[in-house]
Amino acid sequence: MSLTSEQVNKIAHLARLGIDASDVDAYARDLSGILDLVAQLDAQQTDQVLPMAHPLDQAQRLRADVVTEEDQRELFQALAPQVEEGLYLVPKVIE
Amino acid sequence: MHNKSIAELRRGLHSGEYSSQELTRVFLDRMQRHQALNCYITVTEEQALEAAARADAQLAGGKAGALTGIPIAQKDIFCSKGVKTSCGSKMLDNFISPYDATVVEKFHDAGAVLLGKLNMDEFAMGSSNETSHYGPVRNPWDADAVPGGSSGGSAAAVAARLAPGATGTDTGGSIRQPAAFCGITGMKPTYGRVSRYGMIAFASSLDQGGPMARSAEDAALLLQVMAGFDAKDSTSVDRPLPDYTAGLNEDLRGLKIGLPREFFGAGLNSEVAARIEAAVDEYRKLGAEVRELSMPSLQLSVPVYYVIAPAECSANLSRYDGVRYGYRCAEPADLTDLYTRSRGEAFGSEVKRRILIGTYALSAGYYDAYYLKAQKVRRLISEEFQRAFAEVDVLMGPVTPTTAFGIGEKTADPIEMYLSDIYTIAVNLAGLPAMSIPAGFVGDKPVGLQIIGDYFTEAKLLNIAHRYQQVTDWHGRIPQGFE
Repeated sequence: MSLTSEQVNKIAHLARLGIDASDVDAYARDLSGILDLVAQLDAQQTDQVLPMAHPLDQAQRLRADVVTEEDQRELFQALAPQVEEGLYLVPKVIE
Repeated sequence: MHNKSIAELRRGLHSGEYSSQELTRVFLDRMQRHQALNCYITVTEEQALEAAARADAQLAGGKAGALTGIPIAQKDIFCSKGVKTSCGSKMLDNFISPYDATVVEKFHDAGAVLLGKLNMDEFAMGSSNETSHYGPVRNPWDADAVPGGSSGGSAAAVAARLAPGATGTDTGGSIRQPAAFCGITGMKPTYGRVSRYGMIAFASSLDQGGPMARSAEDAALLLQVMAGFDAKDSTSVDRPLPDYTAGLNEDLRGLKIGLPREFFGAGLNSEVAARIEAAVDEYRKLGAEVRELSMPSLQLSVPVYYVIAPAECSANLSRYDGVRYGYRCAEPADLTDLYTRSRGEAFGSEVKRRILIGTYALSAGYYDAYYLKAQKVRRLISEEFQRAFAEVDVLMGPVTPTTAFGIGEKTADPIEMYLSDIYTIAVNLAGLPAMSIPAGFVGDKPVGLQIIGDYFTEAKLLNIAHRYQQVTDWHGRIPQGFE
């Protein structure tokens, strides 16, 4: 299985991940190598096998629907690159 | 003082032989002197000395907890309130955590003194500590060799006596492999035993925190503090916590040890194999019965892992968007540019590689072929372990195919790097507990013996490791220059 540079660019776009144009071929080569490694799985017969999501097959716990967190907006927003009046600022989305 | 075990340091502090402030100062001085190893990303000197003063007051007042006054260091993946928590990444270089991870809180509540935050591979993705934004850590046994990864700073710091004990995390071998490369004792507990709350996520169905120390006894003392149910972690297991030190000295006569043939195949360095066989012989002398068995699915663990781990990584790391915290690129043209460039400029190449492969594996039309298929084979591997544990109590083998490799030796070929985790990955896929303990040297580099147990057998594994450490002194060796 080998990935083309175009496929790598498409995946990078899906992941919103900037990669330098000069690195695209190297990523294509590395990712293709990983997919070759992964191709070993094709030979395994798994039709009757249930996928394993949790090592102990534990289900998600439920908890009582009560407030457990207090408002810490100012503390959290102190970490943000840009905030104003309690809002996170990003470049204009709608013209 | 720096060569004493945590158990000895506890006695020294309680008897008043030295104070926590004196002890903390000893480690802070050593950390300063051995900065060239690059173990620490952040040194919390001021807080450490304050905490040590509080500990001394508690000790004097007879109100000491399990680790009161004992200095420890945290892998920089654990969020620590008011302290930079970088996860080895430029993305979080400016991140001062607003809260404590449960593990950090537990050490704090036990009275431990935090020395600082330890270097690691970026977002725990790596086997050599070379993907860190803060530069590689050097192996105390050989400055030109890697310490292993991703908990490379933790392993090197403990080996070099820059902390009596440390935390690590293990997603595919990240506690055991550096423990082996640096000649220390490390344990990856059963999945769900140690809370993942505040432990920055890489691959959530595999990640597990654990102790890294010089001996099994010290690892038991640290695990006792770290482990336990946590309602804040939805995958935490609600199960009583045993006393991990109570059974350390139990007799090993009749212990059934299994050696999976697949762990001793062509890829294993013959001198490493000889050390592992010698360690197994030591267990025979302690009364254990040893038998070979075959676990053919183990060889599928690397391909399964390199679907599941990147897939979960790509989902987890999508939170780094340059909006709420972390790195933001300069002058973004629009929102897509903000996301794309912030992530592109702040993630290193190994993290990018894994986000890309994971995004591909989860993208429309490929989910069944990759992620679902890997989750199915993962069950086959897990079932094979259960068949093995029906026959034997524990499995033993090498942790790594070779001793620590050179800095720069494997960076050009990511797949060669991935294959260095070939013996450790299956344990994470199955969610089992496992340890690495020092079992000798090849040349001047340490070799680690891996001991794998069934679910929640941490106490048994610590007992098995401790008995070996009673009859050998590999774990007591000190790298030259760090005496």
